[in-house]
Amino acid sequence: MAVAARSIQRTRRVKLQVFRYVTFAIAALFFLVPIAAMFEFSTRDNAGARTLEYWRSIPAYPDLTDAIVASLQLALITSLTMLVLLVPTMVWVRLKLKRLNRIVEFVCLLPLTIPAIVLVVGLYPVYFWLAENLSDSILTLALAYVVLVLPYCYRALDSGLGAIDVKTLSEAARSLGASWFDVMWRVIVPNVSNAILNATLLSVALVLGEYTIANNLLYNNLQVELVHLARDNAGVSIAVAVAALLFAFLLLVGIAFVGGRPRRGRSDSLDVTGLGKGPVQAT
Amino acid sequence: MSGRKGVEVRLENLVRRYGTVTALDGLSLTLAPGELVALLGPSGCGKTTALRLLAGLEESDGGRVVIGGDDVTGLPANKRNIGMVFQAYSLFPHMVAWENVAFGLQMRQVGTAERKKRALDMLELVGLERFANRYANQMSGGQQQRVALARALAIRPQVLLLDEPLSALDAKVRSRLRDEIRRVQMEVGITTLFVTHDQEEALAIADRVGVMQAGKLEQLGPPTLVYSRPATPFVADFVGLTNRMEGTVRSGAVEVRGQSIPLVHPDVADGPATALVRPEAVSIAGDGGAARGPLVGTVIAVAFLGAVSRVTVDLGDTTVLAQLPTSAASEHPAGSKVQLTLRPDPVLIQREEPAPAGS
Repeated sequence: MAVAARSIQRTRRVKLQVFRYVTFAIAALFFLVPIAAMFEFSTRDNAGARTLEYWRSIPAYPDLTDAIVASLQLALITSLTMLVLLVPTMVWVRLKLKRLNRIVEFVCLLPLTIPAIVLVVGLYPVYFWLAENLSDSILTLALAYVVLVLPYCYRALDSGLGAIDVKTLSEAARSLGASWFDVMWRVIVPNVSNAILNATLLSVALVLGEYTIANNLLYNNLQVELVHLARDNAGVSIAVAVAALLFAFLLLVGIAFVGGRPRRGRSDSLDVTGLGKGPVQAT
Repeated sequence: MSGRKGVEVRLENLVRRYGTVTALDGLSLTLAPGELVALLGPSGCGKTTALRLLAGLEESDGGRVVIGGDDVTGLPANKRNIGMVFQAYSLFPHMVAWENVAFGLQMRQVGTAERKKRALDMLELVGLERFANRYANQMSGGQQQRVALARALAIRPQVLLLDEPLSALDAKVRSRLRDEIRRVQMEVGITTLFVTHDQEEALAIADRVGVMQAGKLEQLGPPTLVYSRPATPFVADFVGLTNRMEGTVRSGAVEVRGQSIPLVHPDVADGPATALVRPEAVSIAGDGGAARGPLVGTVIAVAFLGAVSRVTVDLGDTTVLAQLPTSAASEHPAGSKVQLTLRPDPVLIQREEPAPAGS
């Protein structure tokens, strides 16, 4: 009986593994085939011969380089602004203003229900005023992007904060002499680091892929520049698109790797001469 | 680390309201240096609110908190030098045990070497030096609460606050950790306020027990006094089991089913009243047999509690609980007829409105 049960379990495990690999393979194909097709297109000339001319000519477009730099700067500013605004607000609402939780959630999720083009209509007078009175730098787009990424980042952070007892941990830290800054920096942030990482990944991905707002407010970010380039030279445009996708992928993997490194196995553990490795004594 | 070196703590006329609900209604309480006072009461009686006001985690609507002669009412929690152990597990999950214990020292700018040394000392005090490099999720609930105790004590606080630290633990661990807390508290000599709803815990651990109801202190005194001489019917009811027996007050005593029992507070008017009689004051005089009388009844249940048993006796118009040594209780199985006697320990009475409740 036991042998038969083990055999059934093994068969189930194998089936599950196969299912996982097949699902992964289909998902990978779904993403990789278009990229491979783009790569193929960007490495052939008009006569169909293999060439790297489009790739080589990417640096020859200075506007493109500027747009890439601007998009990266926007991603950085947006992510930082979002974290600085959202994390303390959400923690404070959980600690002191629980009755406002629903309102904050509603406000944060609101941009999700508003089409980007409608956002642009609302933002236009603001940006017009900004350009006239303060600055017409592309980096001011970060203000709009913070609003744009709010729903996604709110959800990511909310699940992270929901996984820990924010109130008890904060009160414990306060009773031990921690200022509110220390509570945030030394207690809350390390315990929601995964949620912060997820929120950052989402925010970077959204900003790098944003087109509608930038284009309609007449700013040239990476996506806008790609569209302009496509009109001028489709080959280079596709080459840049592939390069941008690969770059974004590597950037996100890099952020995930740096932010998600496990803290275990650090060198600052206390030397208790090999103690603490025995079985857990139940008390 | 022995000897009493705690400070006096005074809560003076503390008031705390949440909207229309008054959680604390003029609470005054003084803890002597090095004393452990347990605040006991049902949920919502205000005991945790009192503790949180003392910790500075909430602001009062009136009254003062004085620690070691200093008025700390307006000070935020992080400036009060108070150690606290919470009901919920409160170890920082991203830190190992020694880092948790050293956290308060880090906030006080203590150097790394000194921090580590003191953290290890504290873990040794609670018997967990072996677990210094373990994370919270690698420890049992009891171990986590011991580390939390070490963490609270590491900062050498003036006052230690324990907010139902044992309630999440199973009975055996709870009893062991309760003794451990008392040992450590005595060793450190720190003034301690312990909040619990578990009367056994409060009576076992405290120098004095304060019983609270509706934001007020009903009685404050040594555990034996609170148990044997409850100041009010609420205290009698809340601390230990109580039989409610109809009787008549006559000349400073209450006559219950033909037996006269002295009153805790004899200066009350004569008349009908309900006497609150402890189960251990009820004993079985012998086999009821064919005897008749107001204290003859039938055993309807015997609950085995270890060394003692609780016998429920049906007297016809009411049931009475008697707590006896198990050997004595075993002689009277369910269905047998018994004759009860009431020990003449002073009792409280309760009366219907408008007479005062505590007489």
